[in-house]
Amino acid sequence: MAEVSAASNIEVVIQPSSGWMNVPWRELWEYRDLLLVLVQREFISRYKQTILGPLWHLLQPVIMTLVFVIVFGRIAGIATDGIPTPLFYLCSLLAWNYFSQNITLIGSTFISNAHIFGKVYFPRLIVPFSIAAANLIAFVLQLIPFLCFFAYYKITANPALQGQPGWQVLLLPLPLLQVAILSLGVGLLMSASTARYRDLVHLNQFIVQLWMFATPIIYPVSRIPARWQWLVWANPMSVPVEAFRCLLLGRGSLQPRDVVISAAVALVTLFLGVAAFRRVERTMVDIV
Amino acid sequence: MKPIVEVEGLSKLYQLGNTGPTTLREAFGTIFGRKTAASSAYRTAVPRDRIGPDENSFWALKDVSFSVDPGEVVGVLGRNGAGKSTLLKILSRITEPTGGRAVLRGRVASLLEVGTGFHPELTGRENIFLNGAIMGMKRAEIAKKFDEIVAFSEVGSFLDTPVKRYSSGMFVRLAFAVAAHLEPEILLIDEVLAVGDAAFQRKCLGKMDEVANEHGRTVFFVSHNISAVSALCNNVILIEGGRCVMRDTPARVISRYFSSTLPEDQAADGQVVWPDAILAPGNEDVCLRGVKICGPGGLPQNSFEADEPFFVEIDFQIKKRLHGARFNLSLSTLEGEIAFVATDHLYQFETLDPGEYRSTCHIPGKLLNRRKYRVGLHFGIPGDRMLIDQADYLEVTIGGSGNQATIFPDNSWPGVVCPKVEWRVEHVAETAHARSVG
Repeated sequence: MAEVSAASNIEVVIQPSSGWMNVPWRELWEYRDLLLVLVQREFISRYKQTILGPLWHLLQPVIMTLVFVIVFGRIAGIATDGIPTPLFYLCSLLAWNYFSQNITLIGSTFISNAHIFGKVYFPRLIVPFSIAAANLIAFVLQLIPFLCFFAYYKITANPALQGQPGWQVLLLPLPLLQVAILSLGVGLLMSASTARYRDLVHLNQFIVQLWMFATPIIYPVSRIPARWQWLVWANPMSVPVEAFRCLLLGRGSLQPRDVVISAAVALVTLFLGVAAFRRVERTMVDIV
Repeated sequence: MKPIVEVEGLSKLYQLGNTGPTTLREAFGTIFGRKTAASSAYRTAVPRDRIGPDENSFWALKDVSFSVDPGEVVGVLGRNGAGKSTLLKILSRITEPTGGRAVLRGRVASLLEVGTGFHPELTGRENIFLNGAIMGMKRAEIAKKFDEIVAFSEVGSFLDTPVKRYSSGMFVRLAFAVAAHLEPEILLIDEVLAVGDAAFQRKCLGKMDEVANEHGRTVFFVSHNISAVSALCNNVILIEGGRCVMRDTPARVISRYFSSTLPEDQAADGQVVWPDAILAPGNEDVCLRGVKICGPGGLPQNSFEADEPFFVEIDFQIKKRLHGARFNLSLSTLEGEIAFVATDHLYQFETLDPGEYRSTCHIPGKLLNRRKYRVGLHFGIPGDRMLIDQADYLEVTIGGSGNQATIFPDNSWPGVVCPKVEWRVEHVAETAHARSVG
């Protein structure tokens, strides 16, 4: 009974909401245990009944890199700034996979959780946050194959890795944070749109694929003619990908102006995403 | 003391038929002035006072106000579509009201369904934590109650098995066990007892009773289960047509509820038919087409003498193939007391393929008492799911002649039934006194 009386100062007021930017920060914090459990669900359930389990996180980028090496490296012959091709692709995929997994999964938040949302209340924003957090674990696992290849080239004294890794590796969380913010924003916008129009699920998959080719994943920015490079920097994912390459491999160049602009774009996207999500969340149960 | 729940002028407006376009094609369709077809079918079914500001909207709840004191166990009764689920959804914050406000002073847990968020791939243990957290419990709280939850659920040795391998009974037991240990100050419950076997249902009712009485919590209970409502609740709110029309003791509200659940004009004739399958009771698998009470001649009739047998004919339509489904027919008094329940379990087809069917129950004479009865139905697959919720459809009046009750025609004869029983009176022996004299 002590517990009950201790909690008695709670007062929930239910009324039509107004405004579109009232994020329930305090409530989100109160539900932090749910966040942890959802991260666990997200991560464990993905690999139940698979033989390799989380090893898939290690294999997926390796297989993709292999394909890239054959198709883009050997057949198409796209140069990679003198960096060994596997290392170049693995490095960009680190950033890109985190981004694409986030937007794909967050983008269908309302559809895949319609059943739960229709039966029990909790701050809905917990779900996208938990997806971003669960994918962060996947990101850390993906670092392992990268580090293996890195170690191999280092041991064989590959000249491209002269002086790497440097102190700048410690800055890696910054572009990672930017990827997280941008992908949350894009994912939330997508989830708000797919809740209403299912067609957009298909469109979104298409966007993710196209977006990858518009981002310097398989090619270095230096291969783009100078007068078209502004187009590359207009893509908010280009800066973080290039930053990964700068920090981990010491190649690539970034203008402070582009960094600031892309960070601002990421923040604005998150802001718009949260607003759209909050708006849909109110009426979503009556629609889906 | 401040009321723990205060509801003031709560209203909820729904868009009818088309809840807005759900695909882009429909969106373009509406731009070009094409309306979705569903709306007109609905509109004819909607009473005029529930139509909202534009004709495609609908007041699911209109201006509902009440307050609940701490420790009260409040039942919510109403026909399907009266708005009781909407009320519960608003109170549990799943959907927002269109107008009015509600204040809940305390921790709320809503049980609109057991096992919400259970993930089939996760084990029982993992799901206890997942489900508990979704319902708003802290991890430490769940850990503290973990053993109790496991004991209550009786799934012990399957704790580390993925729940997708559980039987449906085990699944429900585990799910309810988590919910029963929530310890909220306000508990909102909707029809959760429709699942599980009878023994487990009793256990759930017992637990709810304990939650309400021993722990002094406030419980909101929406159910078609009249006997559970009258057993558990201190008072009952009756919702009709989106409005709160009555708040009184269970007995009074239940009797009013019964008189309002029958479509008056039809019930009197001993027959009710649903020409339009959309509006008939049922779901996507099955629906009722008509229920009729008749004598041997087959004409609908609503009163019989006590020694006359009669028939209840249930016409129903199967839309999807079903296995092991059966009807339960109940006869109950106007006060809600069940006289008996009969099932066509032994007579029903094991597999019902799509088509029209009729199940006829023969009720013998010399069984019922001299009074009015409600005839109710419920269709479902035992131990699995309910297909047509329990509801009363017709009334039948049993007259006095040919019945032992006729001996005392002026008074009502006690008992919900009055079957013809055999008596034999014998003079076994003379009393000791008589013998000594003789």
